[in-house]
Amino acid sequence: MDVRLSAEQRALRDSAAQVVSSLAPRTVRELDDSERAAKLDATVDVSGWRELRTAAVAAGGVPLASAVETAIVAEELGRGLADTPFLGPTLAAELRRLAAAPPGSSLETVAFTPDLSAPACAADGVLPSPAIAIDARAAPSALVLVPASGGYRLASAAVPDARATLDLTRSVARLDYPAAVVSLPAQGRPLTAEDLVRWTSLGLALTCADLVGAMSGAVHLACEYALTRRQYGVAIGTFQAVQHRLADAFVSLEGSRSIALHAAWAVDASPAGAALAAAASAKAYCARAARTVCEAVIQVHGGIGNTWECLAHLYLRRTLFSSDILGGVGASLARVLDHHGIGPGDGLR
Amino acid sequence: MDFADSPAEAAFRLRLREWLGGNNPHLPASSTSDAYWAGQADWHRALYDAGFFGMCWPPEIGGQGLSSVYDVIVDSEIAAAGAPPRPHVGFLVEGLLRHGNHDVRCRFLPGIVSGRDRWCQGFSEPDAGSDLASLRTRADRAEGGAEYIITGHKVWTSYSDEADWCLLLARTDQGVPKHRGISAFAVSMHQPGVTQRPLKMINGITKEFGEVTFDGARVPASDMIGAPGEGWPLAMTVVSHEREPGQLGYVARYSKAASELAQQARGGAGRLRADQLNDLAWAIVEAEMLRLHVCRRLSERLDGASSGPEGSVDKLLMTSVEQAVGHAALAVGGAAHDGGDGTWLSMYLYSRAQSVMGGTSEIQRNLVATRILGLPGS
Repeated sequence: MDVRLSAEQRALRDSAAQVVSSLAPRTVRELDDSERAAKLDATVDVSGWRELRTAAVAAGGVPLASAVETAIVAEELGRGLADTPFLGPTLAAELRRLAAAPPGSSLETVAFTPDLSAPACAADGVLPSPAIAIDARAAPSALVLVPASGGYRLASAAVPDARATLDLTRSVARLDYPAAVVSLPAQGRPLTAEDLVRWTSLGLALTCADLVGAMSGAVHLACEYALTRRQYGVAIGTFQAVQHRLADAFVSLEGSRSIALHAAWAVDASPAGAALAAAASAKAYCARAARTVCEAVIQVHGGIGNTWECLAHLYLRRTLFSSDILGGVGASLARVLDHHGIGPGDGLR
Repeated sequence: MDFADSPAEAAFRLRLREWLGGNNPHLPASSTSDAYWAGQADWHRALYDAGFFGMCWPPEIGGQGLSSVYDVIVDSEIAAAGAPPRPHVGFLVEGLLRHGNHDVRCRFLPGIVSGRDRWCQGFSEPDAGSDLASLRTRADRAEGGAEYIITGHKVWTSYSDEADWCLLLARTDQGVPKHRGISAFAVSMHQPGVTQRPLKMINGITKEFGEVTFDGARVPASDMIGAPGEGWPLAMTVVSHEREPGQLGYVARYSKAASELAQQARGGAGRLRADQLNDLAWAIVEAEMLRLHVCRRLSERLDGASSGPEGSVDKLLMTSVEQAVGHAALAVGGAAHDGGDGTWLSMYLYSRAQSVMGGTSEIQRNLVATRILGLPGS
């Protein structure tokens, strides 16, 4: 066992951090800077980060990069509030890889149920209920599942105009209802239940990485503020009440980092059931931590933290969004108990 | 980046697993019964004799000279077997390794590592808790200078009733600022002038904590650990290791409790309320978090990094795990209203001490804020 990042993994992290620090929004106002956003999109386009989970060879098989590398990128994008599609395209690429289908557009995304807890399912050529495509800005299409013999097949739905809702850094689109879907050509095999467990594990692990990154950025923001904002003649970070709130936030972040790292590793290294349990444990822990941490960050900012102009709510919004994708605290705890043979988990909070 | 065993680690794990199959003493949880402490010395020696103790310490003192990753394996296999956690003496070993001279290291460390000699730690006093540096126990040079005479009162002295030796902090210089006048000694507990009495904790155990009075006890000057005035740096070394879940082997303790509670829940899942399931699920998740956090920390040590203020982060994480497991113990294990087996109630009550012992959570937060986050000291 040696869970230090390799030299290559550290280099990937550093290059992602560099892109994010130069091109991601540093103020709320910069979200509207379309020139900056276009540069970020273009840089990520050529980085190949959205294609990390495409098959290394055309016929399917192992991905170009492990979930650990993919999570490294997700964490850095979260830390910098990067407003560029990543999770949706990555999960779409993973679905295509698992179905032994050829790669699609690098901006293709995935549609979820309205609460984002599960992938959307179509039948008879239409989506029978409302669905939400994530990372929808510039996405030509969103993948959905269609029940078929042997499991599921993939179909694609057109993505209407996207808009930012909860998360101001990643836009969503509500798919027309009932939306027509087109079966994806050249699928080598149906997606099995185990494939979907594996895919869900990847999605949970990547949302955990995003949460860890966002928590880290938020804690950094609050510490900076605590050092500069003065009251009673001293920086507010001098006060123990503020220090303890930030210390608790940092401790939650560190625990989250450890459990999220393992979840990312388990996606490719563990049996499917164990990978899902690892991912669900991580998601429960990180999602609970993220909300508490981001709320603390708003509190440390005082009145300013409750204004639109302060970045703090961007972190809170992004973490709430990532938490909901493929299930937040309650759904994840239920999965953990299920893995231990205990159920039903209804009523968990 | 790999959580999996290397071939050598896998072989070690297998050997340990087979050994545990035939050598598990099935002691009750350490925090809930005096029976554990009665059997702990034998368990320590059994682990040591079989080569499963002191994995990352130098062979010269009885260690195995391996990487600290092997401690993770020991803890995970102990947890899987439901065996008692390994006794934790790492804080003593690290303190003496770093601050003791060659003679001190040779005389004392092999007995600590092998479990032959039992030690307690004489740091806290009735008026020196979080503010440890204000301790008042004195060590005065006896006539002739070959010995010191100890006078004072120590409290929260873990295992004082079993101890052969006490790692004692005492003031040797009244004329310098409080942090600089403290020295450390290895004091024999078997002598006139040393009186210990047990402290009964809120869960009723009496074997873990004690208080000790020193009234004219004597210690040779050659049993000073480090130089005169080096007591404070030594204390910081010791407490920073005392805070580490990797050193303490507590991962096994929490995993074992969480899995026993899960076992109990499986027996009667239909009868558990949502709030009970909730507490159980968090105990499982928190225990798993700590296991993985220790893996990460010990991997970082492979670079040769020594422990620093992040020990406070680890202590706070360990505390949240112990107290989450405590809540699950109360929720799922029950409060024994009928006067029956109170093991789970006892575990819950004991869990409240975790945010105090080894440095309160408030002190740990101060350290995280000022040493890691860079916020101003007060």
